[in-house]
Amino acid sequence: MLTKRIIPCLDIKDGRTVKGTNFVNLRDAGDPVELGALYAKQGADELVFLDITATVEKRKTLSELANRISHHINIPFTVGGGISSVQDVSILLQNGADKISVNTAAYKNPQLINQLAKEFGSQCVVLAIDTKKEADGEWYVYLNGGRTKTDTKCTDWARQAVDLGAGEILLTSMNHDGTKQGFALDITRDLSGQLPVPVIASGGGGTMEHFVTVFEEGKADAALAASIFHFKEIDIPDLKAFLKEKAVEVRI
Amino acid sequence: MNLVIIKYNAGNIQSVLYALDRIGVQAKVTDDVAEIQQADKVIFPGVGEASSAMRYLKERGLDIVIKNLKQPVLGICLGMQLMCRFSEENDVDCLNIFDEDVKYFGKAANVDNRLKIPQIGWNNIYDLKSPLFDNVPQNSYTYFVHSYYAALGEHTIATTNYVIPYSSALHKDNFYGTQFHPEKSAGVGEQILKNFAQLIN
Repeated sequence: MLTKRIIPCLDIKDGRTVKGTNFVNLRDAGDPVELGALYAKQGADELVFLDITATVEKRKTLSELANRISHHINIPFTVGGGISSVQDVSILLQNGADKISVNTAAYKNPQLINQLAKEFGSQCVVLAIDTKKEADGEWYVYLNGGRTKTDTKCTDWARQAVDLGAGEILLTSMNHDGTKQGFALDITRDLSGQLPVPVIASGGGGTMEHFVTVFEEGKADAALAASIFHFKEIDIPDLKAFLKEKAVEVRI
Repeated sequence: MNLVIIKYNAGNIQSVLYALDRIGVQAKVTDDVAEIQQADKVIFPGVGEASSAMRYLKERGLDIVIKNLKQPVLGICLGMQLMCRFSEENDVDCLNIFDEDVKYFGKAANVDNRLKIPQIGWNNIYDLKSPLFDNVPQNSYTYFVHSYYAALGEHTIATTNYVIPYSSALHKDNFYGTQFHPEKSAGVGEQILKNFAQLIN
């Protein structure tokens, strides 16, 4: 049976992980490749590397990083952050990335999704959406790392993107991100039920129970988290054993 | 050992090269007919679309070359599908090494409308029957990304369920194929690649 996936996310700046980690046993905790390899060994199902570098050197650093990751890590990985052209994607895929994620650039130019799907296949095009529930009870799309609000509803944008060829949705709830109070179940369930592609829930995972809930009630296909893994608040082998005990299909 | 990876218009080739490197097997990526024919082992990888891949192979005569290889050949994902008889992906005749046909998950008999296509993620492989799976336990998890599947048939050497049971690996004579990506399937995948590298024809 197809399993639910656990995906650690690593934020990268200038080729280094940004948030600190609690891994004292790592030779270099700032090296994304070493940290990623550790997660892979612990049973992570995939990895996401999100680049937040804002310099002109960015592209080269990111493609070099993708190349190092694919040499050293034996599970699939996605690279995202500021990707805005077919050329950007081509370089990352040639350097071994399995998927890329697009966000703001795709919103500003939805045909980018279509071009990427045609050129490389939907299976490698992940649409990342940052969304926030407003006072009117609706979920809206935010851009530029959550700094810019739009008037577009999350479900409308997700559906349009899937129609254009997005093969997966990485959904981050800004209301939940960083709270450790649990994932956004309603919007995750809505998207997962309505869309014919997998939905990765992100934002809010703080306990192992939260992961059970996002899979069972939120109907997520995968769950992503960052700091709870980096700071060893949740250990991946423990999390997977817990999920299995709760009858959630996972790879152990 | 001289192992080559066939270069053509389908992605994922670097990943296979790097995975082999991790297990200590040096490989070469090439579309040179002589190099492919003289290799001890051949890997035919691929992520992409069946009809354009077949057209590309035919234009270069690689379809005939692959069919007539005598050394162990491993098709991965689209590579395995292209070794089948026919694919529903734009209705294209394939290499016809395996008699099995490649079908669309969306047309499987008992498909419900909530099915997600492609299947993306880790699924288990069972009924393993080939040296390709030496030291690979039944129900091991491997990584899949696909919308089309090879039906079960006489050449099935591994089965996986997604809506229906289908061939997650095939074998006939010197030809092997896996629907999953061994190069992305953690330790299990590395064992399978090692097994292929050690196969004796």
